Amino acid sequence: MSAASPAVVVDGLVMRYGDKVAVDGLSLEVARGSITAVLGPNGAGKTTTLETCEGYRVPQQGTVRVLGLDPQRERAALLPRIGVMLQSGGAWSGVRALEMLEHMAALHADPLDTAMLSERLGLGDCGRTPYRRLSGGQQQRLGLAIALVGRPELVFVDEPTAGMDPQARRTTWELLEEIRADGVTVVLTTHHMDEAEHLADRIHIIDHGRVIATGTPSELTRGGRSATIRLVVNRPFPDGAPESLRAELGPDTEVRQLDEVSMLIHGPADSMTLGRVSRWCEEHDVLPQTLNLGQRNLEDVFLDLTGRELAS
Amino acid sequence: MSTSIPGTSTSGTFTPAPGGAPLSRMVLAQSRMEARLMLRNGEQLLLALVIPVIVLVGGVAAAGRIGIDLDGHRAVDVLTPGVLALAVMSTAFTSVAIATGFERRYGVIKLLGSSPLPRHGLLLGKVLALLNVVVLQLVVLVVAGLALGWRPTPDHPARSLVGVLLAVALGTAAFAALGLFVAGALRAEATLALANLVYLLLMAGGGVVLPTRTYGSAGALIEWLPSGALGEAMRAALVDATVDGRSLLVLAAWAVLGTLLTARTFKWE
Repeated sequence: MSAASPAVVVDGLVMRYGDKVAVDGLSLEVARGSITAVLGPNGAGKTTTLETCEGYRVPQQGTVRVLGLDPQRERAALLPRIGVMLQSGGAWSGVRALEMLEHMAALHADPLDTAMLSERLGLGDCGRTPYRRLSGGQQQRLGLAIALVGRPELVFVDEPTAGMDPQARRTTWELLEEIRADGVTVVLTTHHMDEAEHLADRIHIIDHGRVIATGTPSELTRGGRSATIRLVVNRPFPDGAPESLRAELGPDTEVRQLDEVSMLIHGPADSMTLGRVSRWCEEHDVLPQTLNLGQRNLEDVFLDLTGRELAS
Repeated sequence: MSTSIPGTSTSGTFTPAPGGAPLSRMVLAQSRMEARLMLRNGEQLLLALVIPVIVLVGGVAAAGRIGIDLDGHRAVDVLTPGVLALAVMSTAFTSVAIATGFERRYGVIKLLGSSPLPRHGLLLGKVLALLNVVVLQLVVLVVAGLALGWRPTPDHPARSLVGVLLAVALGTAAFAALGLFVAGALRAEATLALANLVYLLLMAGGGVVLPTRTYGSAGALIEWLPSGALGEAMRAALVDATVDGRSLLVLAAWAVLGTLLTARTFKWE
């Protein structure tokens, strides 16, 4: 198995619970050494997909390979190589935070230094606190520490920053970026757009158990039907300006005059469009004061793809 | 290949070096952890030590007044083996059931299922933790019994010892298998309620503390319960210096039955 082969390959996965189809022919790949986000609303099939990769569930149809191994039949070989952060829970209610981390470390051959790890995750102050008294954010951070302590090649983190305050969230992002830099592959689920946009090398957007879009954050937010350019000029537009600008930009573009000095342009959000707008201004003797390309974010992408808001 | 992100240091701290610890180390770690948690839990300590001591002290005091017929044996000599059996039952059945029920509920078993610790390692760790706690209980209760004047039969110490060891081992196996069955089949709350109820019922009417023949005609039935069999086997060893083969077989049968039921029904999550 070469180092360039994907860390995770899911091919045509189908999972049903009774009548409900949780995962509906889902396929995706995760490149080694990357952070890959699986993004989608609650109930989209993210956790089921992850748990199938982790060997908790048997694929009903399709195949799953993790680090080239079958998570069911080659479970014993796979488990030491992956780290898993559950969406919640995972510890005895009476166990102390550091005690739990040390226990999980003891199950591995060459674990990380638990003191360093708990320090890095801001768990130093609550090391002797019983698990049930930890805040939601502290439990999440302990969960992440547990996933990392065995020095895995690949970690699955299910909603890693749910319940964290902004500071802890930032720390967690930095840590995930650092482990990627050290060569660890990260697969994370999230329904936070900003998290996926900030962290992920590649994003799979999931809805109703299927991957409906895949790409880098910039590919997903760039490619699109409706980028908005806002143009404000230094003097009133000449008569017939919207029609003339539309003729310049082509039929895919929509131009709307807001007032005598500003217009909104919906069209392909590429440099060519921007170039044409500024050339048109020059030809019509107006000087752009504002030429804003309203970048789409992932929220817009999701809305475009599904017609629904991504619940957060 | 990783894209380099400005401001991200490549420290090498997290460079992968995966691998499970040797099985023996994992099992020891697991058993130490579980034993520690069991002893830390006040409720379980009550069940494991406080109640058996109360039963022993109270039973010895009461037997003198009520005058239960114990075939001419002193009350403390009959009750101490029974209370040792009670302690085994409380930990192997009730504590194991409740602890495992909540481990399922809290996702502990799920998380361990993603660790290098295999299922049989987890089970082995549980058994070791359980035996640890049982030995600790037996030591405390033996000391308490001796303080109350208990004198085990001096007739054949080696046979007594063999009888006790077999009874404790098979009793632990039978009750632990049944405890795991309950924990694996029911929700945590239901497990908590049922495990405590069964414990109380068996303590009162299961032939564990008092000899089965003191129950009159019901005694013939109670001998077939794991509680009655364990109590009888302990008393045979420590009162009569005999190895009670029949009771030990009954315990072995319960152990097999419990294991089969558990294997068929246990859900890890």
